[in-house]
Amino acid sequence: MAILELKNLTKSFGSLRAYHNINLTVMKGEVHALLGENGAGKSTLMKTIYGEHAPDSGGEILLHQKKIKLESTAEAIALGIGMVHQHFRLVRPFSVLQNIILGIEPKKWGFLIDYKSARNKIESIMAEFNFFVDLDSKIETLTVGTQQRVEILKILYRNAELLILDEPTAVLTPQEIKDFYIIIKNLKQKGKTILIITHKLHEIKEIADRCTIIRKGEFIETLTVKDASEQELASKMVGREVLLHAVKKEVSPTDICVLEIKNLNVLNSKKLPAIKDFNLILKKGFITGLAGIDGNGQSELVQALTGLKKSESGSVKINEKAITNLTPLEIYQNKLGMIPEDRQRVGLVMDYSIKENLVLQTIDQIPFSKYGVILNNELNKFAVKLIERFDIRPTDPEIKARNLSGGNQQKVILAREIEHNPEVLIAFQPTRGLDVGAIEYIHSELIKLRDSGKAVFLISYELDEILSLSDEIAVICEGKLTALLSQQEISNNKNLKETLGFYMAGGIK
Amino acid sequence: MRFNGVVLSAILLVSLSLSSYSLKAATLKVGMVTDVGGVNDQSFNQSAWEGLQKTKKDLGIKISYQESKQDADYPANLETLYDAKNDLIWGIGFKMADAILLAAKQNPKQKYAIIDYSYGNKTPPNVLGVMFKAEEGAFLSGYLASKMSKTGSVGFIGGMSVPIIHSFQYGFKAGALYANKKIKFNEQYAESFTDAAKGKAIANQMIGKGSDVIFHAAGAVGDGVIEAVKEKNKMAVGVDRDQNYLAPNNVITSSMKRIDNAIYNVVNDLGKGTFKGGTTIEYGLKDGAVDVAPTTSKMVPSVLMEDISKLKKSIVEGKLKIPATSSAFATFVKSLK
Amino acid sequence: MKNFLVSLLSIFLGLLLGGLVLKLSGINPLDAYTVMIEGAFSQPNYISYIIIRSTPLILTGLSVAFAFKTGLFNIGTEGQFIVGALTATFLGFYFNFNPWLQIPVVMILSCFASSLYGGLAGYLKARFGVHEVLSTIMLNWLALYLSNFFVFIEGFRRPDTETTEFINQSASITLLENWKVSESGMAWLENHTFWKSFLRPPFNAGIFIALIMVFLIWFILEKTTFGFKLKATGFSQLASRYAGINTNLKMTQAMMISGALSGLAGALHVMGVSKNVAVLAAHEGYGFDGIAVALIGSNHPVGVLLSGFFLGTLKYSGQKLQSALEAPSEVISIMIGVIIFFIAIPSIFNWPLKILSRIKKESKQ
Repeated sequence: MAILELKNLTKSFGSLRAYHNINLTVMKGEVHALLGENGAGKSTLMKTIYGEHAPDSGGEILLHQKKIKLESTAEAIALGIGMVHQHFRLVRPFSVLQNIILGIEPKKWGFLIDYKSARNKIESIMAEFNFFVDLDSKIETLTVGTQQRVEILKILYRNAELLILDEPTAVLTPQEIKDFYIIIKNLKQKGKTILIITHKLHEIKEIADRCTIIRKGEFIETLTVKDASEQELASKMVGREVLLHAVKKEVSPTDICVLEIKNLNVLNSKKLPAIKDFNLILKKGFITGLAGIDGNGQSELVQALTGLKKSESGSVKINEKAITNLTPLEIYQNKLGMIPEDRQRVGLVMDYSIKENLVLQTIDQIPFSKYGVILNNELNKFAVKLIERFDIRPTDPEIKARNLSGGNQQKVILAREIEHNPEVLIAFQPTRGLDVGAIEYIHSELIKLRDSGKAVFLISYELDEILSLSDEIAVICEGKLTALLSQQEISNNKNLKETLGFYMAGGIK
Repeated sequence: MRFNGVVLSAILLVSLSLSSYSLKAATLKVGMVTDVGGVNDQSFNQSAWEGLQKTKKDLGIKISYQESKQDADYPANLETLYDAKNDLIWGIGFKMADAILLAAKQNPKQKYAIIDYSYGNKTPPNVLGVMFKAEEGAFLSGYLASKMSKTGSVGFIGGMSVPIIHSFQYGFKAGALYANKKIKFNEQYAESFTDAAKGKAIANQMIGKGSDVIFHAAGAVGDGVIEAVKEKNKMAVGVDRDQNYLAPNNVITSSMKRIDNAIYNVVNDLGKGTFKGGTTIEYGLKDGAVDVAPTTSKMVPSVLMEDISKLKKSIVEGKLKIPATSSAFATFVKSLK
Repeated sequence: MKNFLVSLLSIFLGLLLGGLVLKLSGINPLDAYTVMIEGAFSQPNYISYIIIRSTPLILTGLSVAFAFKTGLFNIGTEGQFIVGALTATFLGFYFNFNPWLQIPVVMILSCFASSLYGGLAGYLKARFGVHEVLSTIMLNWLALYLSNFFVFIEGFRRPDTETTEFINQSASITLLENWKVSESGMAWLENHTFWKSFLRPPFNAGIFIALIMVFLIWFILEKTTFGFKLKATGFSQLASRYAGINTNLKMTQAMMISGALSGLAGALHVMGVSKNVAVLAAHEGYGFDGIAVALIGSNHPVGVLLSGFFLGTLKYSGQKLQSALEAPSEVISIMIGVIIFFIAIPSIFNWPLKILSRIKKESKQ
């Protein structure tokens, strides 16, 4: 029996079409995945179901076979629809309990909050679905995974039958993802219906029953997950054949050192050692991967290399030239480029256009400016060239970075850094939060760069990414280099993942 | 405070009745520009406006005012009143001297008058300066202060070392010496007309040095002076208006400057066609333009009040010349010996 | 464009509510607005006064807007104005060169002094992380007392007054200042009533300099690499630092330029209108008004130009209510306050629009 049906739903923002003629049927008690690339219109569609913005006139929404019209999220919640946003909406200094009941506090004598009955209700919910959170902890002390549970509890507390989860695993660690899958399975078992937005194919294979694919705002197909392969899903999502695993040709070992890090020591923001006596050499024509768990000094290492943070001691040399503790601009001019971990806060000025972001570091140089005056024509020419070369969409150079999808934002950064012709490119979590098509593209560009004889320093928390791209793999744990696996060791090691996991957890080679 | 309430409601009534205004060609129009204190400053701007209101009541003059927020507003405000075709435009306070002078040059047919300023022999024919013999009022309060002092020491706090304040200062000192040749003085300028905290500090210092009656001629600085006196239960002499209401048990008298009367007189002259442009009028005791406050009789023994009326008489008759400058004061001191 | 509409709507609502305030104080709003419109535009000298009044507002507005583009809220315009005015008076009095040298020297050095003063707040922010709102508020008071201190220096203070000496004639930018009160000038003006009226106020070259500054600031922000980096810093400090922009330096520079603009406002005010400075009991508000101007002008140089004129007109014509209708001058302040209030919370307009669209929808069904 269908719990939710969308018929010919369309939504436009001005001339921009978010989605068009969408048909979607969600059966009661199933886990239904909504699959699409970033910017395909998934989130907008879900927000429509959650009452955040009304669709254009025309189509209809049926809940329990009844036509409904949602004017606000409050109405959606009242009808048993709940949503967990990708970015949580929690009051950080409040306790878990307070967050859950916020807005619908049970009252005693009409004005006192009845914490006791609220606590009882939440505890029974936790018991029913078999996952637990300490109700008295403050949100700001909780891990991201736990915060997500609070969000789920919040909507269960509001008696949601249909749970919408927007990119739920994008922010979780591998262990948290496993726990999350268990929660989903429990929810399903107890009869809840789950609509999950994702672009991770293995995730769909793992938990979803059926899957609806949306491409560029258009409904493509709804299919049963167990009958489809990941490859098939990916192709339908992107609209062409895609490579799920990077293809690269073997390189012959070189020993030409491009970047040399010697005895580097860096403090973190709390003035504690974050990088300790770090030594590493990046070689010409190599992708060197740095594996490690989040928070083991990767950020500080990158900040020190790019000049955003001063190192305490040690040296960094690029082609024999010392760049230790130079300013970011000087380091950049010495041909060290970077794709930052946080593209929205560090990589781009979100309120600047594509064009402006492409020349963020080089605006002072000819031909972009003369005597301090910007030459707009040159900027445009340059932007148009890069937009075409890197397939940035939309192609209008005046569009603000804020209005681009994550993949295209990353392409802008990539274009800017590669065009600068770096000797070394640091790629820090280059595909975080991107969809299959974009990941494929970024990976192929990194490989191209390596093939053209540059050194690429790939820092990633995703072991799969490290494994599929790296020629050499270094491992970092608590700020120390715990292992360095050569090309040969990588190809000879049958249990590579386990080996790396061992080093990542602090085992010393 | 009740007094203020009455004034306020009077203004309100006036403004209400004016809102249905009609123009009579024959009625005289007189406007005034306040200085930055504004029209409700509890001081000379307010006093001036009260004078104009009296001309409206008694003589049927059409009146208006323009408040200045900054010194730079003076020319614009004078011009606004000029454009409103006033027969006479008042500038209240010596700060407006330059602006009035310029306006008078540009509009030679327009009549102007200014309070507390004299252009001397350079007065344009369309400008009337109005000065007060403040020293005469100050002399009387100095006499009272000296007589009332138990310590034989009185204090003077001036706003700034300018001629107008000097006339208060030397008039006061002359009166005090006239009453008691052995009286001692503490004198200081606050270098401000607005800093009440400074006034309080200076007054406390003077009290510490033994002065038990303190006279201030320092605008809002005096609020602090009176506050200090009230706290220490000493005596104060107010200025410009009857300031007894600020500390009814401590302000024994005030050296009043009846700006309202002066304005009334000038407007009355204007009505009679005897406006004395090109000159400076000095109003004194005999014009009722300076005086001791009406509340004085409540605060001092009646013997002293009798002294005061005798002194007033000799001043009006010209038998007693009151010094307004330091050199005149020196001569005065010699004459006492 | 949307900002422009919001500003217009806010102004309209402000006038409406201002009218209500007038009504409550017993004055017919229509009469009042008639007085204001006539008092603003019916004679050439009114226009002249509006221009004079608007000049410092445009510059302080520009000053606030410029700092804002770099992500800084410069509340210190008031203090920078004072420093500029004081410096201009000081130099205008002690120097006496040929006007062609005197005027630029006085003007530029005044800007320089106030730019250091503004830059101090920027430096404190960049170096020690002191929030510019706090430091500039304190610097405002420091400037006020500093100015009062200087006014009382013997030799600089004009004897027997609470003001300084006047600047030398050579530093004056008032147009035709001597000519218009000379005999030949007055004779000529007698036959040219428009100019007679227009030149009666101290009309000065300040507005032309302000217009040049509007263009210059627009040019810097939109066309130069310097402006590019300033704005980048304002949008995202992290990204700018990563991109090799010295954000600390940019913040200090932005505050210096912002300070220079406010100081220029003060200098032009002295050189064109007041010719000296007086002891201040409280802030005169030229700088604070600049915040309102920037807000109404949505921080765009051209918007600031328009809103500067608007506020100048409002402030000038509002005063006319006093003598004409005996309206309290506070009414005009309330009206301006209401306008700024509406601009500060533009989302308030979404609310009636939402209701409107809902009514539309329901009436369709």
